[in-house]
Amino acid sequence: MQQTTQILDKKSQPVIKVEDLLIGFGSKQRVKQTVHGVSFEIYPGECLAIVGESGSGKSVTARTLLGLNGTNAQIQAKALELNGQDLRSASERTWRTVRGPQIGYVLQDALVSLDPLRTIGQEISDALRIHTKLSSADRTAKVLDLLEAVGVPEPQQRINQRSGELSGGLRQRALIAAAIALDPALLIADEPTTALDATVQAQILDLLAARKRAGTSLLLISHDLAVVGKLADRIAVMRAGELVEVGRTEAVLSNPQHEYTKGLLKAVPTNKPRGTKLSTGTVTISERHHELIASSRGKGQAVDAGLPVLVGENLRKIYRNPDGSPRVAVQDVSFALNRGKTLGIVGESGSGKSTVARMALGLTPTDRGTVRLLGQEWSSLKEKQRRPHRSKITTIYQDPLGSFDPQWDVARILGEALGAGQNLSRTQRREEIKRLLQIVGLDDSVASRLPLRLSGGQRQRIAIARAIAPGPEVIICDEPVSALDVSIQAQVLDLLDELQREFGLSYLFISHDLGVVQHISDEVVVMESGRVVEAGRTSEVFAHPAEQYTRKLLSAAPKLAVVQS
Amino acid sequence: MTQGIEAPEIETRHLAAEPTRRDTPGSSRRLPTLGLGIVLPFIVLIGLVIAAVLPSWIATTGALDMDPAQAFAAPGAAHWFGTDESGRDVFSRVIFGTRSSLLIGVLATLIGLGVALVLGALAGLGTKAVDFGVSRFLEVLFAFPGLLLALLVITILGPGVVTTTIAVGLSAAPGYARMIRSQVLSIRRSGYVEAAIVQGKSGGYIIVRHILPNVAAPLFVLATLGVGQAIVWASSLSFLGLGATPPDPEWGSMLSQGRLYIGNAWWLTFFPGLFIVLSAASTTLLGHGIQRKLKDR
Repeated sequence: MQQTTQILDKKSQPVIKVEDLLIGFGSKQRVKQTVHGVSFEIYPGECLAIVGESGSGKSVTARTLLGLNGTNAQIQAKALELNGQDLRSASERTWRTVRGPQIGYVLQDALVSLDPLRTIGQEISDALRIHTKLSSADRTAKVLDLLEAVGVPEPQQRINQRSGELSGGLRQRALIAAAIALDPALLIADEPTTALDATVQAQILDLLAARKRAGTSLLLISHDLAVVGKLADRIAVMRAGELVEVGRTEAVLSNPQHEYTKGLLKAVPTNKPRGTKLSTGTVTISERHHELIASSRGKGQAVDAGLPVLVGENLRKIYRNPDGSPRVAVQDVSFALNRGKTLGIVGESGSGKSTVARMALGLTPTDRGTVRLLGQEWSSLKEKQRRPHRSKITTIYQDPLGSFDPQWDVARILGEALGAGQNLSRTQRREEIKRLLQIVGLDDSVASRLPLRLSGGQRQRIAIARAIAPGPEVIICDEPVSALDVSIQAQVLDLLDELQREFGLSYLFISHDLGVVQHISDEVVVMESGRVVEAGRTSEVFAHPAEQYTRKLLSAAPKLAVVQS
Repeated sequence: MTQGIEAPEIETRHLAAEPTRRDTPGSSRRLPTLGLGIVLPFIVLIGLVIAAVLPSWIATTGALDMDPAQAFAAPGAAHWFGTDESGRDVFSRVIFGTRSSLLIGVLATLIGLGVALVLGALAGLGTKAVDFGVSRFLEVLFAFPGLLLALLVITILGPGVVTTTIAVGLSAAPGYARMIRSQVLSIRRSGYVEAAIVQGKSGGYIIVRHILPNVAAPLFVLATLGVGQAIVWASSLSFLGLGATPPDPEWGSMLSQGRLYIGNAWWLTFFPGLFIVLSAASTTLLGHGIQRKLKDR
């Protein structure tokens, strides 16, 4: 674990030094150990990234540096030093002098980290009010400077706005402004860009890089190697409470030593052509499953193989704002999804991708234009006429948990999806459910469990099983992997890929993540503010983007290439 | 303390032992630990239910048996809860009164829930106009305090046990209805209802399979809490002379009659009052206990 690290500046003392850190939670009798002997140090002006899956203990480790783990945390360490100051038995009073002036903390979700009832000016000036003797006017001036420094446009107006009035990117900037208000020596950023669009993500990473150039040390926490690659000097890979690999960024990315790191690198979808496996596990669908699925979906009317299965023509949806002014959600969007292919729709949040998905599912009526499914009218039908054909088009949501009835167990959820159309006896139904679970790589035992009790990856597999249960032609995937860790995302993407190859499924795949779309789609539609900016074969669009907007998106997407700062 | 409470204790232990046996062999699920907050009210309630179903097993005399020679006897070995002005055994009357009090409590809650379910579902599932109409109607009802609403209903229907039950039920309905409405509205927009639509399920199927069960779960807990409330309200109405009529034994009316002698025969009011408190407290505690259990599930 103790790699000899090439220190940027050997003379200087580390800002933070952690040696053999042990963290457990629980009462004295039953302690659950979550971090097992982690050691690292961060030098002035250096950026260390801790990378790992959710539950690996990376956030807990970061919070320990701020004394934020609560009273039932049991913390032991050989050393826990901040600029030489021993923090192992620090009192709450001491911690208050650490948080803010010495260590700034940027949380993942800016929406819940900012008080919705207070202006961001008040939020940012809190730290100044408590830790400095500045007058009210000076504080306001300083807050304006900070907002300027983090690239918030029109700080004069923004200072009086509340978090609800700001976009995700601006909120994150405000949070960073608050964290750097007292010019701390170390900035801890816990998944600072995870909820953000690629372009905004790039801007936030640039902002953090600027802080680093200004001499601030950074501790970056993320599950995504591609994100930290841009910024980190060194990477520490964490798994199940241990650092399995620590090294310089270039070394870790180009020549990973540990199997787990290799798996994480393999999982990054960007620049991996279609069909490349991302996960280390195997997805295999046996011949028998294949036959069963083929027979269950067969019998449908034979459709000309050359025709697209799902077509949208000049779709338009305009909503009314509360004041009556029109808000364009989707305008003149056309697309065609070919059989057995994947059509990716990519764009930032608010670009109208999800509205297109809802129109394709017949959930949102179109204001103009039509959606045709398997050559037949679809969007113009009445819901009653649509119902018998609903089994041909299914969906996978971003948030699978919300799409499952909280009282239903997995067997019942899948049983419902198998539907009344297929007249199955009870035992047949049970067999069918077992088979579906096998196809998505889950054990029979999950059948009797509530989705609430399953992990995020398992839930998404259940959602996939439900989507394929009625034997559909088309599956609408609305951000199906954006709530998942990179490694789980890899497994889910592989599974979707495999299912498509086996059963000839067609996917309309919606995502804000260009890497994912590039990996999984044959063709791609780029959307911006409700319009199609560019469309074409994925390889061409990504290699030779014709439009300015596409180029902007592409340059913002995190890539695995090692960037030298 | 009394037979009424001792006898069922054995019964409950037996009941509690059963799931334990079922869960132990090879089951990985953690044994549900039932706290005292659930077990104790449960035991009390079982006792009350037995008293309600088979009062003659427990009571020492009939509810109306008079013995003027024994009037105003203090609680003792012969009369555990003492006797009243006509020499009737208070213990037996309290036991015989359990049936009407519990029945009023449960039935009133059911009536309230039934009316509320119709109104709430109508508002939650209906068109905007229906929702508007029902919601405004509920708001008007809300303007009256619950007991006042019950009094109003009794004024219209006339006093008596049946009308008390209906009155208490109707006055509890607006509260339930408003909760059901908001519950229905949020479930209607939930991801799983949308998922069912995408699967091609009909509106009726979705209401029966998804919306109603998910409305019912929190409602069940609310109902347990409501029974306690209803018992108190029903007793209050009887106390005012609007519910059960003397000489029929009913806790509220016993309280009312005993009030005249409160200076020299405290037991006439104390014991019926104690049973009102016991039954209301145990249903409420049980409701809260179940609510907590469901929350950490």
